[in-house]
Amino acid sequence: MQFETVIGLEVHVELKTNSKIFSSAPAHFGAEPNTNTTVIDLGYPGVLPVMNDKAVEFAMKAAMAINCEIAEESIWDRKNYFYPDNPKAYQISQNDKPIGEHGWVEIEVNGETKRIGITRLHLEEDAGKLTHAGKHSLCDYNRQGTPLVEIVSEPDIRTPEEAYAFLEKLKAIIQYTEVSDCKMEEGSLRCDANISIRPFGQEEFGTRTELKNLNSFNFVRKGLEYEEKRQAEVVSSGGKVEQETRRFDESTGKTILMRVKEGSDDYRYFPEPDLLPVYIDDEWKERVRASIPELPDARKKRYMEELGLPAHDAKVLTMSKEIADFFEATAAAGAGAKQASNWLMGEVPAYLNAEGKDLSETKLTPESLAGMIKLLEEGTISSKIAKTVFKEIIENGGDAEVIVKEKGLVQISDESALLKFVNDALDANPQSIADFKEGKKKAIGFLVGQIMKASKGQANPQAINKLLAEEIQKR
Amino acid sequence: MSLFDHKLTEIQSMIERKEISIPDLVDESFQRINAVDGDVKAFITLDEERARKQAEEAQAAGRTGILSGIPVGVKDNIVTKGLRTTAASQILHNFDPIYDATVVNKLREAGTITVGKLNMDEFAMGSSTENSSFQKTRNPWNLAHVPGGSSGGSAASVAAGEVPFSLGSDTGGSIRQPASFCGVVGMKPTYGRVSRFGLIAFASSLDQIGPITRNVEDNAHLLEAIVGVDSYDSTSANVPAENFAASLTGDIKGLRIAVPKEYLGEGVSEEVKQSVLAALKVLEGLGATWEEVSLPHSKYGVATYYLLASSEASSNLARFDGIRYGYRAENAENLIDLYKKTRAEGFGDEVKRRIMLGTFALSSGYYDAYYKKAQQVRTLIKKDFEDVLESYDVIIGPTTPTPAFKIGEIIDDPLTMYANDILTIPVNLAGVPGISVPCGFAENGLPLGLQIIGRHFDEKNVYRVAHAYEQATDFHKEKPKL
Repeated sequence: MQFETVIGLEVHVELKTNSKIFSSAPAHFGAEPNTNTTVIDLGYPGVLPVMNDKAVEFAMKAAMAINCEIAEESIWDRKNYFYPDNPKAYQISQNDKPIGEHGWVEIEVNGETKRIGITRLHLEEDAGKLTHAGKHSLCDYNRQGTPLVEIVSEPDIRTPEEAYAFLEKLKAIIQYTEVSDCKMEEGSLRCDANISIRPFGQEEFGTRTELKNLNSFNFVRKGLEYEEKRQAEVVSSGGKVEQETRRFDESTGKTILMRVKEGSDDYRYFPEPDLLPVYIDDEWKERVRASIPELPDARKKRYMEELGLPAHDAKVLTMSKEIADFFEATAAAGAGAKQASNWLMGEVPAYLNAEGKDLSETKLTPESLAGMIKLLEEGTISSKIAKTVFKEIIENGGDAEVIVKEKGLVQISDESALLKFVNDALDANPQSIADFKEGKKKAIGFLVGQIMKASKGQANPQAINKLLAEEIQKR
Repeated sequence: MSLFDHKLTEIQSMIERKEISIPDLVDESFQRINAVDGDVKAFITLDEERARKQAEEAQAAGRTGILSGIPVGVKDNIVTKGLRTTAASQILHNFDPIYDATVVNKLREAGTITVGKLNMDEFAMGSSTENSSFQKTRNPWNLAHVPGGSSGGSAASVAAGEVPFSLGSDTGGSIRQPASFCGVVGMKPTYGRVSRFGLIAFASSLDQIGPITRNVEDNAHLLEAIVGVDSYDSTSANVPAENFAASLTGDIKGLRIAVPKEYLGEGVSEEVKQSVLAALKVLEGLGATWEEVSLPHSKYGVATYYLLASSEASSNLARFDGIRYGYRAENAENLIDLYKKTRAEGFGDEVKRRIMLGTFALSSGYYDAYYKKAQQVRTLIKKDFEDVLESYDVIIGPTTPTPAFKIGEIIDDPLTMYANDILTIPVNLAGVPGISVPCGFAENGLPLGLQIIGRHFDEKNVYRVAHAYEQATDFHKEKPKL
């Protein structure tokens, strides 16, 4: 039997406010355990939360960027549960009146665009972190009280590929708004997935399972791929999918049963009496709306229409605001748009991947990249030399023109100089001449290689090709 | 005669005239505590060394101010940095706070000297202070009787002359009822008047800190020192501080008093009724008029209160889990076992009863019928008060239906115990200010209290009436014979 897959995602995004949602403690990642805490974060007897307006504003910004309607009155609720990472034994969250509802995100899969509905976006506090060490568990409350938005999608996603595209798009949008870094490896973006299958044509949803421990977008996709197959096998062999929580195992690529859900958890939500409702008026809304920058889709359109980039380039570049900003600055510094795009989609990510670095951790600047591209476009350096220059400017910084001069990397285009290299190569390789005359075109490649070697890569390849063709005929 | 028989203004003049020193005041406090607290048992923890040192420093600094150098007792659910704070619970028996409550900071700025922490019902849950897990405080007027609760230690310490004033907290009557039982003045301010930061929460939407004193004027001075918006408490109200004492003119001509018939109805003892009627006569004599009114929903007050307060408490007290501070059970086999044992061993019966009630009321499937319904009734009760206070300046009735009962008399009968707060609870639900002032004595010699209730943030008027009444009577001059 053929089944249709139905997927809904729950995404948690940490907001990068300076201080925590209810206390003045710093809200950044990576400090010594329990140093970024106050009595408020530790849930000491007698403490009270005070709402950080910036957190509300960041949540509004994120909600607006994914096209949510913004609530006029937003209230806070307590979600009660016991766990050592939850020092008050309740999480201050939003149950009844979230900041944003009824939004959507547009994704593109196989050239088709599709809208994925957003049920809600609400603001809450993050919990601390437990480390299990043998017989003991260690509590670190640095993360406790970091503002967090939970974004819940409608069950509009039909394939693991769409889920992947949704997450990439959501991440790009949130990053553009600059309310979060969305770094899965630091936990500032986390995702749980709900998945069920049903026979094609059936209206009613199948029983869903919830997938946890999805630590990268790729694992989300893999986990969902495994799970849709598993569910189909269960149903096809006459079984029933149970409502359960399953954990994705990275080493095997399988999902493993964590616990069966018996009814729903009872969190005994009730309105938080220590906080007043937040009223969001039009003026505030408009102020926040005005602070949202151009978002990926708008940028993509502009790159295609104004800069003449192919759709693929425009999409890839705009997936990350950092890259897109870098691209625009490079083009503004005089590099051709397509050349800038090629480098930012090719050599730059290849270098970053190999080194495991972020762009901001390198010495590369839009100016230095543009300088190098200009030299390349003018023919001052060859693309081979360009790679050498690129390595220099991304590792040590500096101006491409200066580097080229200092290291004597200028491309040799002067015909008389090149002619010497060409004739030396022909003199040294009579067999290649013979091969060429017998119709083996590959012989030219070999000769070009010899010339490039002899000129230390500085010979202009186009000129060499032309001269070689002429000179070989003379032999 | 004790130094604390004098009003604060008199004490300050004595200091100015160098008849007494601040160390004398603190010494007086500890002498009295040594002499009578073995019987009264108002204090859980004393801070003698630090208090005496502070007294010397204050004297040397020569600071002035109405509260400067005055010894104070603080209810043990208000956190004091470096001074054990237990909420009278085993679960916090060893809890040493690392910060001060906002009110404690404010008192320090005003120059008071904390002599110790006062006994109470565990987590402020109770009306007799018998629920303290450490000791039973006794009524200074008759040691066989309760001092009321939950701020029983706060009221008893002032009545016994151990301190000239104390801080209490009031969630359903916990300042006014013990003040009434102990023959002192207790004010529950408007919700939001005083910061709750550092008050160990029982029911967040009802809790309010307030002063307990020997007379109305001192009470007004003390409240003035602790009010104000606090950036650490979102529910604290941004209303300007007022010179409450300046409103104590003694003039209440033309005052319109509402007397709810429910406050003199069923369950209220005859002698209590008579004392209130006599008080109304006094007030009439001062130029006030009174009429009977109705607060029709107040009869649902106790039920509403126990649902809401217990619901909030079930959540507020969940943090006491043995992980970060306080009592931790030994020999737990796993996390759940640690939670269960810690809380089973750390909390007393009444606290457990309310946690269970509140947890139930918030449970899915019951929420609408209990918590939500109770919130709706609360709105009606609040409206009752607002409606009446539109046509009248204050509402007056008894503070409690009976004088102080005997220790052990109703401790095993929670519903009778709860009913003791029938006249104070609606005031918390409405969020309005209420004061209890002495208005006579029962046949058995125990004090009775008159409750004066005002509009939101109209403590000034409440004080004015309380003071005029007090000045026209002599009840506040009586002292227990210890």
